[in-house]
Amino acid sequence: MRAMVYRGPYKVRVEEKDVPPIEHPNDAIIRVTLAAICGSDLHLYHGMMPDTRVGMTFGHEFIGVVEQVGSSVQNLTRGDRVMVPFNVYCGSCFYCARGLYSNCHNVNPNATAVGGIYGYSHTCGGYDGGQSEYVRVPFADVGPSVIPEWLDEEDALLCTDALATGYFGAQLGDIAEGDTVVVFGAGPVGLFAAKSSWLMGAGRVIVIDHLEYRLEMARAFAHAETYNFAEYDDIVVELKKSTGFLGADVAIDAVGAEADGNFIQHVTSAKFKLQGGSPVALNWAIDTVRKGGTISVMGAYGPVFSAVKFGDAVNKGLTLRMNQCPAKRQWPRLFEHIRAGYLKPSDIVTHRIPLEHIAEGYHIFSAKLDDCIKPLIVPSAR
Amino acid sequence: MPYRAEKPKLAPSSDELRARVPGWGADLDPKDRPAVPRERFDPGASGAHWDFPDRQEEKWPRERSLEHEFLTPVFGTSTPPKGLSGVMRKYSYARYSEGRAAHWLILLAADRVDAIESHLRSFLSLHPDNPVTETGIRSELTHHGISSRIGKKRADLSHLWIDPIIVAGPWVIAGWVVLSALRARGDSRHLISR
Repeated sequence: MRAMVYRGPYKVRVEEKDVPPIEHPNDAIIRVTLAAICGSDLHLYHGMMPDTRVGMTFGHEFIGVVEQVGSSVQNLTRGDRVMVPFNVYCGSCFYCARGLYSNCHNVNPNATAVGGIYGYSHTCGGYDGGQSEYVRVPFADVGPSVIPEWLDEEDALLCTDALATGYFGAQLGDIAEGDTVVVFGAGPVGLFAAKSSWLMGAGRVIVIDHLEYRLEMARAFAHAETYNFAEYDDIVVELKKSTGFLGADVAIDAVGAEADGNFIQHVTSAKFKLQGGSPVALNWAIDTVRKGGTISVMGAYGPVFSAVKFGDAVNKGLTLRMNQCPAKRQWPRLFEHIRAGYLKPSDIVTHRIPLEHIAEGYHIFSAKLDDCIKPLIVPSAR
Repeated sequence: MPYRAEKPKLAPSSDELRARVPGWGADLDPKDRPAVPRERFDPGASGAHWDFPDRQEEKWPRERSLEHEFLTPVFGTSTPPKGLSGVMRKYSYARYSEGRAAHWLILLAADRVDAIESHLRSFLSLHPDNPVTETGIRSELTHHGISSRIGKKRADLSHLWIDPIIVAGPWVIAGWVVLSALRARGDSRHLISR
């Protein structure tokens, strides 16, 4: 089969690999029909996540068709069209029994701090991902779901991570009617978090980024007020002015490890890997939110230390909430919102790239060329 | 405004928002939010029909965190450790817990060693690494590399110059090392022949 393969920082290629075998009675092998590059894949691509091995196939957002099932699989049969949450999880451990599927304790031998994620380094379990023609999906009776007939394939794909994570991020903000919500980052997760904040009853939604084309999408798609932080000497002061010097009630970090806006913070983390992630967006969130406010962290960070302003978070009495999203838990309600027309996730898709051209896809997304917001990968296209 | 008791009136009314934003307030009631409460004890909800999963076969000694009591029943089988980077990775897992910075720093160092080992190994294969095709740099020409940056207020432009150094630096250093080694070998032969 053809599969994307990591070759070291900033380098990927397509190689011929063996079709993955069934390794556990509850495995399924899925033929991938559509995948995506996630913003968090760029942290791997840039060599930021520890134990990212040359030869690994990335990709935790994918849908496909069931090709083969293990002996204990009851809920899927060959030929089913399925959407697969980005979390690998057993469904039966202490955490899964409480709905914390992203914190499963039975699927990641490499780390206890994080569950399993497809194609996301050995720190997340060492599973090959879905930017390929076939992928092994453990616990087929637990994770994948048959795609509803009425659901568009691209919309289904975006439910596997980006939409679910943005929606989850807004929920962690604990938004009350009329609240002011500031979302840092106008990438896919930030756009979905902004859009979801309205569903929770936000009174104002403000999106911050430095890419004008993404801010245009935030205005058009998410009905948000926007600020380009590169146009201001101090974005925190601007946001204070904009909120009557009170600050926002809720801030959502949808940027994560490669946040820009401070040269030293960005370079020491994204370029020289001396921090687990650049805490610029998180620190701005701490500074921007009002005392007693809530910060929801959806951005991905590495496991090494970062220079976060915890003193101010303590002194302001903030509530910090965060987790990898248990994606499948969000799906029933997201399906209702999509059917009602409140959400149309595929509106943010900008690029559809054949698997054979995935190196260009990564560069376009990484370098923010061509107004790229969400690139999809089509394994069958040439 | 925060100097007095009332919250500043910053947002339009709920009626205005409901009219303007599709779906506004659909999840106003926390009971409609699937992540609330965060933990819900419901072992039957996931579809799992086991108390503890069957164990996947361990085909090589699988590295695992010291903070795990035992190897998890299911695990990824991508890219087993190999070479010097593999030795470093196995040492890091065997010696340091996730709570120790040394664990992660050794793994990060192993990643860099892995990249160098893999590049060198590729030159002995029929599919050598190609920094032009593998970086996707050609898309700079086909996908508006210049117009995506010129005249834009992008914060990332201030550190753009570092990327070529990070990407090309190891290749330049490796070339310099090989060249130096060849020169040194030439010098020593010259000395012997004299």
